[in-house]
Amino acid sequence: MKIATGSDLATGDVVWWDGEGWSRHIEAAVDVGDAGTGLIAREEAALRVNVPYVIDAEPSPDGPRPAHIKDRIRARGPTVGDDLGIKPASAGAGSWVI
Amino acid sequence: MYKYDSYDQTIVDTRVEEFREQVERRLSGELSEDQFKPLRLMNGLYLQLHAYMLRVAIPYGTLDARQMRMLAHVARTYDKGYGHFTTRQNIQFNWIELKDTPDILAELATVEMHAIQTSGNCIRNISSDQFAGAAADEVTDPRPWAELLRQWSTFHPEFSYLPRKFKICVIAADEDRAAMRLHDIGIQLTRNEAGDVGAAVYVGGGMGRTPMIAPLIKDFVPIDDLLSYVEACLRVYNRYGRRDNIYKARIKILIHEIGADSYRQQVEDEWAHVKTLGLDPPRAEFERIAGFFAPPAYDSAAPDTIDRSDPDFALWVDQNVKPHKQPGYAIATISLKPVGGIPGDATAAQIDLMADLAERYSFDELRVTHAQNIVLPYVRKADLHALWQALDGAGLATANLDLISDIIACPGLDYCSLANARSIPLAQKIANRFASMERQRDLGELKLKISGCINACGHHHAGHIGILGVDKRGAENYQLLLGGSGAEDASLGNITGPGFDEDGIVDAIERTVETYRAVRTDGERFLDTYRRVGIAPFKEAIYG
Repeated sequence: MKIATGSDLATGDVVWWDGEGWSRHIEAAVDVGDAGTGLIAREEAALRVNVPYVIDAEPSPDGPRPAHIKDRIRARGPTVGDDLGIKPASAGAGSWVI
Repeated sequence: MYKYDSYDQTIVDTRVEEFREQVERRLSGELSEDQFKPLRLMNGLYLQLHAYMLRVAIPYGTLDARQMRMLAHVARTYDKGYGHFTTRQNIQFNWIELKDTPDILAELATVEMHAIQTSGNCIRNISSDQFAGAAADEVTDPRPWAELLRQWSTFHPEFSYLPRKFKICVIAADEDRAAMRLHDIGIQLTRNEAGDVGAAVYVGGGMGRTPMIAPLIKDFVPIDDLLSYVEACLRVYNRYGRRDNIYKARIKILIHEIGADSYRQQVEDEWAHVKTLGLDPPRAEFERIAGFFAPPAYDSAAPDTIDRSDPDFALWVDQNVKPHKQPGYAIATISLKPVGGIPGDATAAQIDLMADLAERYSFDELRVTHAQNIVLPYVRKADLHALWQALDGAGLATANLDLISDIIACPGLDYCSLANARSIPLAQKIANRFASMERQRDLGELKLKISGCINACGHHHAGHIGILGVDKRGAENYQLLLGGSGAEDASLGNITGPGFDEDGIVDAIERTVETYRAVRTDGERFLDTYRRVGIAPFKEAIYG
């Protein structure tokens, strides 16, 4: 699957396209298929996202898992310091990152 | 310490308001990201993996308690409660929001700080010896010259759009504590046979994907001509440095391609012209600047002994305290490398405490080191124990300066958008593997440096042991280098062979240091053993 990601313009937070808007939780990301390029162009022009791009991801029961480690770390937050970034729902929630 | 005059303050205040307007235009959509990016970078604002990152300049690594407290305030108010001291003697805040940035810069300006020229293809923060003004072995204090260069390079109209970023370092001792020859221009202040102060100027050093040790371009520039000579060095680079290929745009590539002799001659020709322009400041102006760096009001009756009856304190003194030029005083380094911690990170509370201790024990002055530690440069020997106790209570008394756990590490893939692999967790694993202080002291001086990508912010080329993180088919992989040094015996590390995964590189380091222990002679440092026996026994131990 392909999912769209970027940063919030004002805060810099990592965001994911959830089909209607930009969510801070990757679990909400949806498959954008072949429509990603047009989607991110429209959204960036409308100032709803900053520096968006489309990535490969694998579906899982707990939501999409980005194919590349860099985007997995973006999704989870730094692997050092559990008090930083988006907190996982459980202690094992970040086990898929590395 | 230097204090802003009205020109300095006006420059910084004006820039804050200019950037405030630019941020407003970006948030309103008047500016696109492509238009805004060079503007924010000129103000030290990056967009990293998780958030905006603000890099604040700390000129030649020197700051006072008031400024340190402001950094704590920024960490507490605008970030997640901590700051990260960098290998260029700056500080970075990793969780900044764009909308807050103008307010942060305005607050920083109230204590004579800014983020100008901490990014972009311009002259960056001037770096220096963290022991400047206090070191027993310096020929003069390099800080006034670093300050002069700071003023000269700030918004220098000719050098604001160089082919690539440009880093200058000034030291004044034979012991190089600032990796001087790994800068674009490295300046070592020295004295000639007549006793006059001048500068040995090295040009074309650097790390990154093409590491080079700067060759000596001129062995003695009369000190009053230093500025015009550096101007000539930059002019030749600005004229001939490549702008068509970012990977070949640094001055080191230019000098490598045309040769040091050719570059030297062109600088001489340009200098002959520049010297006629009256660029060098009158002596009185230099003396005005130097006046800000007058020695503090030392207590001439301060006892010159240290009570070492507390064994833990004595260990800290042995490792983290260095000789001072003033009898009765010492230079104390605060390690920001607790075992299992994040190299260079300090919490807002720790930053505040270090400010308090600087005020109480170090004439209100601190230094940031390129090894990501903090220095109190003027501590009475009689106060060292009280200082150590206060540090110990805050987790800041790790006695590991220059030992294997005093690791330089870039932010790596946990934060940096350029990185290919994580640096911090690896630093933590290595520090934990070698957590025994007895073992660390047995290994002696061993500088381990980790970069998460080829850009080498973690100085891996200059590590006695260096680690470079790379992306190998989407997975983190770590190359091991041995034999680098950023000191006066500067050298570049050699890659041992195929890379390792995260656990494998820690094991490889274990085998490396055990090989060292097996073949070292009495008192021989790791680096000296490596240079004596070569890489072969280490490769044999690592790869079998």
